[in-house]
Formats: sequence, C-alpha cells, structure tokens
Amino acid sequence: MLVSTKWLAEYVNTHGLDPKELGEKITRSGIEVDAVIDRSHGMTNVVVGYVKECMKHPEADKLNICQVDVGEETTQIICGAPNVAAGQKVIVARPGAVLPGGIKIKKAKLRGEESNGMICSLQELGIEGRLVPKAYAEGIYVLPETATPGESALPLLGLDDTLLELGLTPNRSDALSMLGVAYEVGAILSEDMKYPEATYTESSEKASDYLSLRIDAIEANPMYVAKVVKNVQIKESPLWLQHRLMAAGVRPHNNVVDITNYVLMEYGQPLHAFDYDRLETKELVIRLANDGEKIVTLDDQERTLKSNHLVITNGKEPVAIAGVMGGANSEVHDGTTTVVIESAYFTGGSVRQTSKDHNLRSDASARFEKGVDPNRVILAAERAASLLAELADGEVLAGSVVVDELDKVPAEVVVSPDFINNRLGMKISLEDMTSILTRLKFDHQAANGYLYIKAPTRRQDIKIPEDIVEEIARMYGYDEIPMTLPVEESKPGGLSSYQARRRQVRAYLEGAGLYQAITYSLTSKEMSQKFALETAPVTELLMPMSEERSTLRQSLIPHLLDAVTYNTARQADTVALYEVGSVFLGETESGLPHEQEHLAAVIAGKWLDHSWQGEKKAVDFFVLKGIVEGLMELLGHSKELTFERTVVDGLHPGRTASIKLAGEEIGLIGQLHPSEQKMRDLKETYVVELNLAKVINKEVEALYYAPVSKFPSITRDIALVVDSEKATGELQAIIQLSGGRLLKGVHLFDLYEGEKMEAGKKSVAFSLTYFDPERTLTDEEVVNAHNKVLKALAEQAGAELRG
Amino acid sequence: MEAQLQQLKEEALQKIEASMNVKELNDVRVAYLGKKGPITDLLKGMGKLPAEERPKMGALVNVVREEVTEVLEARMTLLQDQAIQEQLEKESIDVTLPGRPVKTGNHHPLTRVVEEIEDLFISMGYEIAEGPEVEKDYYNFEALNLPKGHPARDMQDSFYISEDILLRTHTSPVQARTMEAKEGKPIKIICPGKVYRRDNDDATHSHQFTQIEGLVIGENIRMSDLKGTLSVFAKKMFGEDREIRLRPSFFPFTEPSVEMDISCFKCGGSGCNVCKKTGWIEILGAGMVHPNVLEMAGYDSKKLSGFAFGMGPERIAMLKYGVEDIRHFYTNDVRFLSQFHRTEV
Repeated sequence: MLVSTKWLAEYVNTHGLDPKELGEKITRSGIEVDAVIDRSHGMTNVVVGYVKECMKHPEADKLNICQVDVGEETTQIICGAPNVAAGQKVIVARPGAVLPGGIKIKKAKLRGEESNGMICSLQELGIEGRLVPKAYAEGIYVLPETATPGESALPLLGLDDTLLELGLTPNRSDALSMLGVAYEVGAILSEDMKYPEATYTESSEKASDYLSLRIDAIEANPMYVAKVVKNVQIKESPLWLQHRLMAAGVRPHNNVVDITNYVLMEYGQPLHAFDYDRLETKELVIRLANDGEKIVTLDDQERTLKSNHLVITNGKEPVAIAGVMGGANSEVHDGTTTVVIESAYFTGGSVRQTSKDHNLRSDASARFEKGVDPNRVILAAERAASLLAELADGEVLAGSVVVDELDKVPAEVVVSPDFINNRLGMKISLEDMTSILTRLKFDHQAANGYLYIKAPTRRQDIKIPEDIVEEIARMYGYDEIPMTLPVEESKPGGLSSYQARRRQVRAYLEGAGLYQAITYSLTSKEMSQKFALETAPVTELLMPMSEERSTLRQSLIPHLLDAVTYNTARQADTVALYEVGSVFLGETESGLPHEQEHLAAVIAGKWLDHSWQGEKKAVDFFVLKGIVEGLMELLGHSKELTFERTVVDGLHPGRTASIKLAGEEIGLIGQLHPSEQKMRDLKETYVVELNLAKVINKEVEALYYAPVSKFPSITRDIALVVDSEKATGELQAIIQLSGGRLLKGVHLFDLYEGEKMEAGKKSVAFSLTYFDPERTLTDEEVVNAHNKVLKALAEQAGAELRG
Repeated sequence: MEAQLQQLKEEALQKIEASMNVKELNDVRVAYLGKKGPITDLLKGMGKLPAEERPKMGALVNVVREEVTEVLEARMTLLQDQAIQEQLEKESIDVTLPGRPVKTGNHHPLTRVVEEIEDLFISMGYEIAEGPEVEKDYYNFEALNLPKGHPARDMQDSFYISEDILLRTHTSPVQARTMEAKEGKPIKIICPGKVYRRDNDDATHSHQFTQIEGLVIGENIRMSDLKGTLSVFAKKMFGEDREIRLRPSFFPFTEPSVEMDISCFKCGGSGCNVCKKTGWIEILGAGMVHPNVLEMAGYDSKKLSGFAFGMGPERIAMLKYGVEDIRHFYTNDVRFLSQFHRTEV
C-alpha cells in the first residue's frame, strides 16, 4: 500500500510531521513502513511552459523547434516527442534542473539549433511507465490549459509529495485504504477524522426503474448495491485525481474508471462500473458460474469458469467475474452515457479461490480476500455517485438497487484491565486504557471491572481479549514493557542423551578431519534411492519446482558426492565431508514417511600430506574404515562391529562392505565405482553411510572400571600362510575363539602377498597377548593356550605357520 | 723406582692431555690406572722392596695415582661437555620448517549458530525438542491457528506431498506436537531444524533453510517475560551492550505479535551498512501464544499463557560473519566451511 502523505492529510491532521518521522511513528505502533519515497526526487527548475510555436527542425525529421513561454521569458527548446504541438501547456525542465536518475539539463545545440531546456514526459520525472496515462505513454505530458507558465510543475503533478510504502501483514487489511491509514494515524496522534463528502442532487428518476437485481448465491455475495448514473461525460479526470491515482500505483484511464479506483483507494471498497446500455437486459443476476462457461475479461483474455466461481450476469451471460475483474462486453467506453456502479460484499474465500484459479490478482481481489468493511459498501457507492456527478457531469438516479443480508454488527469483546496488565506484565491504568480505546475510535464502556468494547467493523482482526491486549500495548508503546524473566519452578534444562551423543559424534568426526556439510533434502527421483540402506517407497512432491528437487532423499551420499565434485572442480586436493541428516522412507500408517537420522561421510584425495618429511598418503578404504571403527569405539559398540563384503550399485564391487553391529546391518562403506568416479571427474573417493539413529539408540553397557593389573603380559607373534582369498577377519575370529580366557589381545601387524609366496597364498602375521590379571603366567600355560590357537587355525582355516 | 714412578706420571699426564675424545681418554684410563696398568704393577711389585720402604713408596704411588686420576677426571668432564656440545650442534634444526599438521574439520556455520543458541537457552532451563520435517497440514498450519483458506497461508508457499502432508514451512509444528504430548503441563523448549518453502534459490532465498524457535508455557507467563528473555539472548549472542526494541507485527499463532530489533552490533546504533543506516537490525519474530493455539492443544488459555519466538540461523550467521549469499550455506565449498574453524569467546 502506497500512501501519499499529502492525500492522507485531507482525512487527518498529521501535525505537519516530516514524513520520515511520521513513518517511524507508524512503524513503531503497528504497521511497518517499508520505505519513505520522495516523489520530487529533489527536482528543481521544472516549470510549466506554453508552446507558442512549434516547427520542424530543418536538419532533423524527428525534432521540433519550439518557442516556449516559461514565465519570465520565451525561449527556444528542441523537442523530439511526436505529440508536441503549439498551444500546449507542457512541463519544462530548465537549464540547471536535475531529473531523477541524475540527468542534468544544460543549454545545448541540437543539429545547429539552440535548445534551452527539455520538454518532459512523466517518465522523465520519475513516474513509472506503467502508470502514465496511455495517451501520454509515448510522448510528453500535456498539462491542463489552466496551468500558468513559469509556475513550478511539481505541485500540479502531485510530485511535491512523499509516499509511505506500508508493508501490511494479512491482519491489517483495514489499512488497505486511505481512510484506514487515517484512522491509524489519528490513533497515534490523537486526532479526529475528516470524512470525504458524498453529496449530490438526485434525479427524479429512480434507479429501480432502470435496473433489477437478484442474487442466487447469497452466501458468497451477501450484499450488493447498484447505483445508476446517466448522462455521464467520459473524459480525462482532473489532474489532482490522476496524480493521486498514480501516487497510489494506479494508471488513470477515464473519469468513470478513475472514480471507481479512487474510491477503492479511499475506502478500501472495490467498485465496478458497467456500461448500462451494453448490459442489454435491465437486470443483474449474481450466481455461480456454470462449468465451462466463458467470459472475456477487461484484459482481453478469454477465461473458462468453474461452478465455484461467482459471476455477475445480465441474466443471460456473465458480465464480470465477481470481485476479480470485469467483462469486456460491458466495459465503459468513450461513448458510454449511463453507468451502473457496483459496490458489493463478496466473501473472501470465494474471491480467493476464483482469483487463484485464474491467476488473476487485482487491487479489488486483494481487498475482498482479506475482508472489506461491511459498513462501507453503501458509503463507497454514495461517494462514487457524488464524484460522478461532480467530475463526469452525471445525473444520479434516486436511490439504489440493493440486496442486503450482510451482518454488520460489530464484534463485542469483554476484557478486564487486570487481564491486560497480567498478559503484559505491566500496570497500565484504566484511564490510560480507555484513552487509547478512544483514540482508536473503538466504542467502549468500563463497568464492573471490565471493559466492554465494540470493535469497529473496519477492524475485522479484533475479536478476542488478546487482540485488545495488543491494541493497548502497541499504542501505549512496547518500549514501556519492563523486562522480567519467567517465574516458575526451576528445573534443569539440557540435551537428551540422543542429542548429547549426536554432538559427540559430530565432534569426533571433526576431530578426525571431516568438515560438516549440510545438503538439500530434496533431490531428483532418479537419485533419491541411490545408496539407500533400505528399500522403501519414495516420497514425492505434488508440484515440484524442478525435476532436480522433486523427491525426498533416502541416502545422504548423492548430495555429498555432488559437494565433492563441486570442490574437486575448484582445485580442492582433499575433500573430507560428513553430514548428519534425515532420510525419508516410504509411507507409514500416519501417512508421513519414516524419517531416519543418518550419518554419511565422503573422503577423496590426500589423507596425509606432510611432504618435506616424506609423509604422504592418499585416502583409501581403511582410512574411512578406521574412522568408523573409532566412532563405534566412542559409542561403546566396537566389540559388536563387523564388516562383510557386499555389492552395492554405484560402488566398487571388490571394495564395499556392509557394516553390522551384533549381526544387524547398520550401514555401508565402500569406494565409489570407478566408472562413476570417471563420470564425475573425481579422484578415488570413499563413502560411508550409517543409520545413526539405530547406532545411537543401541543399548550400551555402563562404563565400569577394570583394575589395572600389576602382573606382566606375554606376547607371542605368529606368521601364517593361508589362501589368498581367506579373510583376515575370519582368522582373527578363530584366534579369539580358540585362545581361551588368557588371550587378551590379537593384533594384525603384517600382511604379505607377492614374489616370495607360493602362488595363491599370502602371509598374515598376528601378535597375540596372553595375560592373567591375578598372577604372572608360566611358560607352560602360554604354550598350551598358544598351541590350541595354532591347532584351530590349521584345522579351520588351513593355516600353516610360515617357516 | 721413584724415578720410574715420576716418568709414568709424566707419560700419563701427557697422554691425558693428548686425548681428544672420551674414548681415547678411557683408553688412557685403562692403560695407566686399570688393573693391568703400570701403576698397579708398581704396587704389586712393592713386595720386593724392603719392609721399611714399603709405606713410603705405597704413599707415593697413591699420590701419583690420585694426581693422575684427578687430571683425568677433569679432562673427562671437559671432553664430555665437548661431546655434548658437538651432538647438540649436529642436532640443531630449522625451527621455521612447517610442523606436521593436525587435520581437523569443523562445524558447519549454521550448526555453530544453532548450538550457540541451544546452549544459551539450555543454561536457562530449556530442553531441545525436535520433530519431523515432513508434516501434517494439521500441525504445520491448523493447530497454529491457520485454518485452510486463511490468508496468512500465502505468507508461506509450501511443498505439498499430498493434500494434507507437506514439508514443514517452519519449526512451529514441533511446538504444536510438544504441547499435545505435554498434556497441559508447563513447557520450556527450543526447537531447531530444517524447514522448506517454495522459493527460487537466490542470494537471499533458499528453498531449504534453518529455523530455531522457542516456546515457554506456564502460569502467568507475561509479555515482559518474553522481552526479558529476548534481551538476555540478544546480549549473550551479540554483545553485552546490545539493546532490543519490539515492534508490533503479525503471526497467526501469537497475539500480540512482535518483531525484535537489536541495536546494530557493528556501529552501535549510529548507522552503517549492516543496519542499513537505521541503527537497528531485525533479528526475530515473537509473541504471546494465541489462545486458539493453546486451546487446540488442550491447554486452558484462561489458566496458562505462554510466549514463543523464532529466528533464522542463516540470517544470524549472515549478519554475524558478513556472509552475503545464503547459497554459500548449502554449496559446501571447503574454502567456505573451513573458515569457521576457530573458536570465539
């Protein structure tokens, strides 16, 4: 909503406040002023000129040499506008003028002819092209004959004005009108309202003799007022009206259309003007449209209607889409002599649906959607009639044609001053409260410790005691509210154990060298199930903005890979990222997908790089596996952790494992498939994804200290020769199971496959630690235990001791 | 014999003097003072002397022996010191060479902001509540006083999954769910999480972003409690000398509703590019919980009241760290992420 401060001052005394200061007061008490716009843009030396002579430039077809009376002198100005002509009053920017956009006007010579200034279009004075009347859209603007040469053109054009741009929240639709803003300013400044006049002489003929009215959809249209005005003269509106419309962001057309728009801006009540003769029938019938019924609207678009769209008809066919846009068939035109002015109450839901279906939002629909003031329907119709009489020489027929079943009773709110003070934590006196209500012009009475308030119908947002709390508080001033802290039973706050452990997981991963990434949850359908740990139906958007973001992810890996690709393409030689986030699996009984919190990590490039000491290592499977093992140790699950070779689409078939805790699958780890790696132009890249929720929620034994023994342990190393395919994990498991209670540790310390080995064999060396916390072990005990291990290895894995 | 002794002494002292390192000196020690050395031999040979000469001679040998030992020890100390000096010289390093890096990652800047806020409110007795990102229309809108067809729904264009399921447009449904679960009991929670809105991604819009909200419900919770709480937050988060101001606003789930500005932390209020010359920076929205919201969740709005507030960690991070484009938070450029490594006090 754009509010001209000059226009506003017609309805309320603004105390001559500087617009910035006024804007600040409005912002602080309830309605945010987004911008304060100086329409003059600091222009000077812009005056009225009279074109005395106008002749073609001898050297240039498109230029005219004009002799212009600018008050103190007559001077020559070259003008390139196609519509310039002798006898016009025009806007002249004299030498020294600075126009919006920093254009400086200087004396100049154009093709040998002197030019002392510029004859201006409205656009050159900073008015948006879409607001300039069509007649002047392509050339200079022509002022009325009454303008005096030499006087400043800015006041004539309303450019000596400042606009307040209001950022209105949906509850304050009352401020979608000049009167509504005036009420607000009146409340802030303790001023009374001056209402616009609506007086005219009625014709002896009656409107009801010209027009009949029927409403077949009273729920969507509980009130309709039609006024008939005959003998109107269609012409340009007076300049003051035109520039007010332009200030409000509306393009002037002709006096009739402009009057309906002016009253819309003034009262917030949308109006529509029909050409009475073009209606053909002498009746208006408001009904729901028939499915498939068509209408060509004012913007020359043919629109197909549905059965929930409300239309105004002439009894046969639609002549307007109610509250949204008029029809071309009944449009007011230059030859119109009799008009029907519609002022109606269309319900918000109906207009909202229709304007949404047709993707058509207008100043009218925006106001109907939010609810107009029921008590202004008639007032606005009368105001329009009086303006038509005044500005279009119209003859207003007596009375109106009305159907009215609209509830216009103000909402009653009963609230106690104590309630207000308790909610605010303040001690505002009853006197101050009633004074605020008076300023707001809310009907009120104080009795029996309560305030009985009748909220004016223009303020449809006032319904409950809390609404009054807000009105009192915002007018009293939020700065006056003291600062306290809630008084309540004190209890400790904190993280849940899940949340605390998740933080530990993050800290661990960052300590291990990974950066935390956050990627998008929405992905393409194609990528949504890639690397998913579980098979589940996908969750898709009804109306995605793009195919790329149409489906919720089931794995974090694809977007992390995108991040690796992004970084690698920007010369990052190492990328190590992790993400903790939800994946979305299928539908559950509630209809919502099952959201599972996962952890994923990707690493690519160098892992160690300390070149001058010769320490360098590229990432590999075991770097990432080590991080997972460390994480499980942190969470107390290392004893239950196993890795089993598996095959996953998109990963290297020989370098992928499923990760299990006590036999239950909780994740996967592997190298990105070389063909995918090539496609993304990456180095070797490794990925892991874990069902973090499952890992964190898995029960873990309480931490309990084991006494530190004073007895020594004994270590025996063995080197085994086994088949190359034999998994070392299996050997380790055999050792652990067969080693008995004395075996306390198994540690793989060497692995050899190569020339010195028989083909198809490898050597694996383990270091075994034997230990008894109660005493020093004897050699014999160790030998016995160790022999059992060797025997089991030979029997179960065909392992031989390497000679 | 005496002369022989003197000659031995001279010889030994010469050799000690000539020893250039510990090993040579040790050889001298063994050669002259060892069990097989000439001085020991002399002592052994004393048996051949007449009995009356023996004590004198013995004493003389001991004197020589002590003299030689003393000189040798002194020389030994000297040579050992020299040896250490040499070793130290050999071992000296270029201390300006780079050390072995300890490679660690760090929090995403949004997590950094969220955790800072969480910890601050935890210290005031709040718990952290979380909820699903795919929500029912009921929890996302209806339970928050936004019935179907409410004009305020336009403020948040949503991604729907079906007619009544959508990606949550704010973290407020967590409040609605928590209220339902608490069955009328007091609440003090902070709800951080991801939210989604139908926006084209550009420098100031992101279809996915983060929110963090707070909710307190109890007996006689007042708007002054909200103001006091927000002031504590502003000072902790943006500096002790921050001032706050509340401006009236509108949210369907609170009444009254406010927006909170803080005095600019860059210029202190005199006006700069961060606060767009106003001296104030808009930080969050807040208000007193709307009675409809309380009633819908089964709270008696006559007995209990509450306040709620909500803010965007992206905005806070952008203000705090001067990040100019919201997309940086979701590109995961390591050159961006790694800048949030250091700690702040």
